[in-house]
Amino acid sequence: MKKLINSPEDVVSEALRGMEAAHADLVRVNHDPKYLVRADAPVKGKTAIISGGGSGHEPMHGGFVGRGMLDGACPGEVFTSPTPDQMLDCTKAVDGGAGVLHIVKNYTGDVMNFELAADLARGEGIEVEAVVIDDDVAVKDSLYTAGRRGVGATVLAEKVCGAAAEEGRSLADVAQLCRDVNANARSMGMALTSCTVPAAGKPTFELGDDEMEIGIGIHGEPGRERKPAASASEVTAMLAEPVIEDLGLGSGESVLAFVNSMGGTPLIELYIVFNELKAILDARNITIGRHLIGPFITSLEMAGCSITLLRLNDEMTRLWDAPVHTAALRWGA
Amino acid sequence: MDTIGYRDVVGWLRAFAAVVSEKKEFLTELDAAIGDADHGINMNRGMSAALGVIDDHAKEDIGALLKAVAMKLISTVGGASGPLYGTLFLQMSTRTGGASELTAAQWVDALTAGRDGVVARGKAEMGDKTMVDALTPAVDAAREAADAGESPAAVLRASADAAATGVEATIPLVARKGRASYLGERSAGHQDPGATSTYLLLDAAAGAIGAG
Repeated sequence: MKKLINSPEDVVSEALRGMEAAHADLVRVNHDPKYLVRADAPVKGKTAIISGGGSGHEPMHGGFVGRGMLDGACPGEVFTSPTPDQMLDCTKAVDGGAGVLHIVKNYTGDVMNFELAADLARGEGIEVEAVVIDDDVAVKDSLYTAGRRGVGATVLAEKVCGAAAEEGRSLADVAQLCRDVNANARSMGMALTSCTVPAAGKPTFELGDDEMEIGIGIHGEPGRERKPAASASEVTAMLAEPVIEDLGLGSGESVLAFVNSMGGTPLIELYIVFNELKAILDARNITIGRHLIGPFITSLEMAGCSITLLRLNDEMTRLWDAPVHTAALRWGA
Repeated sequence: MDTIGYRDVVGWLRAFAAVVSEKKEFLTELDAAIGDADHGINMNRGMSAALGVIDDHAKEDIGALLKAVAMKLISTVGGASGPLYGTLFLQMSTRTGGASELTAAQWVDALTAGRDGVVARGKAEMGDKTMVDALTPAVDAAREAADAGESPAAVLRASADAAATGVEATIPLVARKGRASYLGERSAGHQDPGATSTYLLLDAAAGAIGAG
C-alpha cells in the first residue's frame, strides 16, 4: 500500500485537523467525538441540516459544511458509519431552535446509527427529521437487499435543502424538499480500478487491467456486471440509459447533470463523459439546465465515475443557484 | 435468592465482557463467513470500554448503570451492532431506573423492552437470521418461567437455554437482514454471529446471577 498518510489509524483525525487548519473561516471542528459545524453555528431560528457517513468520500460531507449547505457533518472511520454520540453532539451544536434535518445515505449501519441519534436528540427536546437518500439504480439487480444505496443525489439534496433552510423554510418544508430531490434523482457509477482502505492495506476488490465494474457502489460494493473495459461513449450510455429509464425522463424535461469522479479519474475524462451525456440527452430532447462536474462523492483513489440526473423544476433550479460558501462548493457568496 | 441485585448486574456485565474477550476470534470467524469479519473485534472493543464505565459507576442504580453501558456501546462498537446492543441496554434501563434490585418479573419486563427496542431498531423478525432469533425465544422462555413462579436463577437459565436453541436454529436460515442478506442463499449453513453474541450475553447472566 502506497499512500500519503502517517499511519492508518490517524487518517481521519489528521485529515480533520487539516480541514480545521485550512478552513477556520468556514467551519469549527470538534475532535472528540468527531464532527464539524459551520463557523457561525448555531444559527438562531434557522432549520439546521447535518449529514454524515464513513470517511473516504471527500469532499462529502465535511467539504459541504458552510453557508447555504450543511450546518454540520459527522465523519466516521473510512467506509464505516459514524456513531450516534457524534451525531447527537453535532445535532445539539447546530440546533438554532427550529429543528434539525438528518440527511442519511441508505446503508444499514448509517440508517440505524442516525435513527438512534434522532431518538436521543428528541429525548433532549430537539425536533429532528430524517430523510434517507437511495438513488442508486444499480442496486435492484445487484447482490444487495438492503435497498438502493445513497450516492450522488446526496450532494444535490444537501445543496438544494441547504439553500431552502437559509431562506428560512421550516424543518417540515426542508425535509419534504429533500424527499422530492431524492424522488427525482437517480445515479449509476462504474469503476476502472479498485481502492484500498488504509486500515485494510490491500485493495477492496480485484479488477483486471482490461476490466471494469458497472454499477459499483461508493465502497467498492459489487455492481450489476463486470465487463471488458470500453470507450467513454459506450460507458456513458451504460450509466445514463438506466438512469433516464428509471426516472422516466421524457422529451422537453430539464435536468441537473452531475458527472462525478470516484477519486482517481481526472477532469479531462469527466468532460469527455459529459460531452457524451449531452449527446444522449439531446437525442431525447432533454435539456441540461444545470450541471456539476468534478470529484464530489468519491471512493478514495478509485478510478471511475458516476452519473446523477436530477429532474429540475423552477424551484429546484432557483435553490441550486442560491449562494453557497463551503470548502468544496462556492458560488454567489 | 429472590431478587437480582445491583451487584448481580455488575457481575453479569463483567462476565459478558470476559466471555466476549475470550471468544472474540470465534465471533469474528462466524462474521467472516457471512458478514464483514468484525463482530468479535467490535463487541470486544465496546465491552472493554464498558468495563471502565462499570468500574466508575458509584450509585447502586441498575437503570443508570445499564444506560451508561448503553451509551458507551453506542459510541464505541460501531456498525449495526453498536446501535442494536446500545438499544437493548437503553430500553432495559428505562424499566429499571432507580432500582437496586429486580424481581424475576421485573427482569423479564426489562428484557422484553430491550427485545422490543432491538426489533424496532433493526426491523428484523424471527427467522431473518439475526440476534432476534436468539433474543425472542429467550424472552418467551424467561416470561414462562417467571409466570410459573420460578426463581430468578431458574428464569435466567431458561432464557439462556432458549437462546442456545435459537442460535442453533439460525444455521440453516437464509439471511434477510443485515450484511449477511447480501449473500442470499449463500448465507445458509452458517451460524449467525449476532445471535451467538446474544446467547453469550444471556448465558453470562445465567452464570453470574444464577451462581450468586
